[in-house]
Amino acid sequence: MSHPIRVLIVDDHAMFRAGVRAELGSAVDVVAEAADVDEAVAAIAEHHPDVVLLDVHLPGGGGAEVMRRMPPTVVADGPRFLALSVSDAAEDVIGTIRAGARGYVTKTITGPELVDAIRRVSENDAVFSPRLAGFVLDAFAGTIEISAVDEDLDRLTEREREVMRLIARGYAYKEVARELFISIKTVETHMSSVLRKLQLSSRHELTRWASDRRLL
Amino acid sequence: MTTLSAPTERPVRRATRDTRQPIIGGVAAGLARHLGVPVVWVRAGFLIAAVLGGSGILFYAGLWLVLPGDSLHDREAPGLESAARQGRRPGRIRRLADSGPAIALVALGLGMVLTAEAIFGNGIVIWALVLAMLGFGLLWRQADEAQRSRWLDQSERLNPTRAVFGTGGWAAYVRVGAGFVLVVSAVALFAVRHGRVSDVYDVLISAALGVVGLGITLGPWIWRLTNDLAEERAERVRTQERADLAAHLHDSVLQTLALIQKNAADAPTVARLARSQERDLRAWLFEAPPDGGTLAGALREVVREIEDTYGVDVELVTVGDVDVDETLSPIVAAAREAATNAAKHAGSPVVDLYAEVSPDRVEVFVRDRGTGFDPHTVPADRQGVRNSILDRMTRHGGTAEIRSTPETGTEVRLQLPRQESNP
Repeated sequence: MSHPIRVLIVDDHAMFRAGVRAELGSAVDVVAEAADVDEAVAAIAEHHPDVVLLDVHLPGGGGAEVMRRMPPTVVADGPRFLALSVSDAAEDVIGTIRAGARGYVTKTITGPELVDAIRRVSENDAVFSPRLAGFVLDAFAGTIEISAVDEDLDRLTEREREVMRLIARGYAYKEVARELFISIKTVETHMSSVLRKLQLSSRHELTRWASDRRLL
Repeated sequence: MTTLSAPTERPVRRATRDTRQPIIGGVAAGLARHLGVPVVWVRAGFLIAAVLGGSGILFYAGLWLVLPGDSLHDREAPGLESAARQGRRPGRIRRLADSGPAIALVALGLGMVLTAEAIFGNGIVIWALVLAMLGFGLLWRQADEAQRSRWLDQSERLNPTRAVFGTGGWAAYVRVGAGFVLVVSAVALFAVRHGRVSDVYDVLISAALGVVGLGITLGPWIWRLTNDLAEERAERVRTQERADLAAHLHDSVLQTLALIQKNAADAPTVARLARSQERDLRAWLFEAPPDGGTLAGALREVVREIEDTYGVDVELVTVGDVDVDETLSPIVAAAREAATNAAKHAGSPVVDLYAEVSPDRVEVFVRDRGTGFDPHTVPADRQGVRNSILDRMTRHGGTAEIRSTPETGTEVRLQLPRQESNP
């Protein structure tokens, strides 16, 4: 990479922004900070960051609102969003991914891991924490309604399921690759494919699963 | 061991509007869900009834008025609710469904007017009726708004003036006044047109229509009022529960802060205190209330215990869940032992614990990135691995496998087939 990754930090807690900035150090170029949805949208327009570290709970409608307010022309080559949140409630995780984030990590993530996640997202890869992988497996579990609109989008392939299970078990990408005898590139392809399904699937379970889960 | 199953009370099934993907108001989808028939049938039924005589529209509008939206029953964790209230999470997107009462009212009005025309066959009554409908509409809308503001109001008593006028303000008074004037002028118009004694039947009919109108006006309002009262009472109980819990948590946070100040020089202790406090808060804010006795709950308990005892992070991910009975307790015990070993001996700061419940079996994986060991050279006196994990799992019909290398750390894989005990 010729230049350091340009990052925008969006979080309503100034203390946390300062903490993340310190933790990232010189590994990336933090171009700006924003404290709410309006500031974030303005900062993206002004600085054109590569990656936006986005808090999920944000004044002005939440992190999802920032992604919703991106003009369509920007979406193609605009910033990649990495959600960073203290909440790992299923509603928030799934909601944020479906709003367009390329990954979801919780705020307890260590500095080096965060830098690594930012790098992956900037290269348009998906970032799944073990928790998110677990949610994916949960959401895509069970039988599929016959009336499902798009079957391809509504189910994981066997390989994708294996990859997700290993991620949920705490395997790093290269460990997943070694375990399944595939290349890291292939692992990344599977992850992106799962992310796409997560974002586009019309499965009823994905939107309602979180609350229905308690009824199981 | 005998299992006593208390006669479980069947929960009352209530029909609700399905507000997930409504075409108009979600009535058809809600009805289909309630009756257990395909939604297409219900929609087709409404459509046919609407085309043949318009009763479908009336019926739909009526149901729209009396069926509560299912979002009323959605409950989220307090932290999520509070974040949503303060606009820090994406709220509900406004849809056509939100203007439901207005649309339903218009449909009802049209239906009434058309019915009247069909019965009387001329246009004289219609204008009186239209005026009356407008008047009732305004009154009804006012009632709706008053009820809404009262709903948001936290005061407990029901104030009749408040119930009619809401929070007051000139707009509320004007609306009520205008509605009243319109109703009166409708009656006057009718009287002027048919001022003769021979028209007494017409007057009677119009009075009957007026009563029907009143029923339509007040019916939904009374209905909603009762609903809201019940909802309010439930909400109050919940609020109290939460307040108690919050008080308990705040208390524990204070205790932890005090302990941290005392142990400020002792980094591991501070980290441990902070971690356990963080877990408490997180569970309260972002997780559904713990349902005791499930596999996920039992494993959370294991995680809590190990984090507190050994000062390592245990990352727990569960997929699916199931109630823990005596057939499943061995896998929980084995998982506890494996995680304890990882925390004690591996020297790795993070332990991953993953549990997956599938229809036919339960699997648990415990993984660390620590020093690793050779499972075959474990001395016979080390009871932990052999006895607590391998033997225990085999004894109960499951399997346990330990993979360990110095480079990648250790992973213990446990799996146990599920018995037919689950319904």
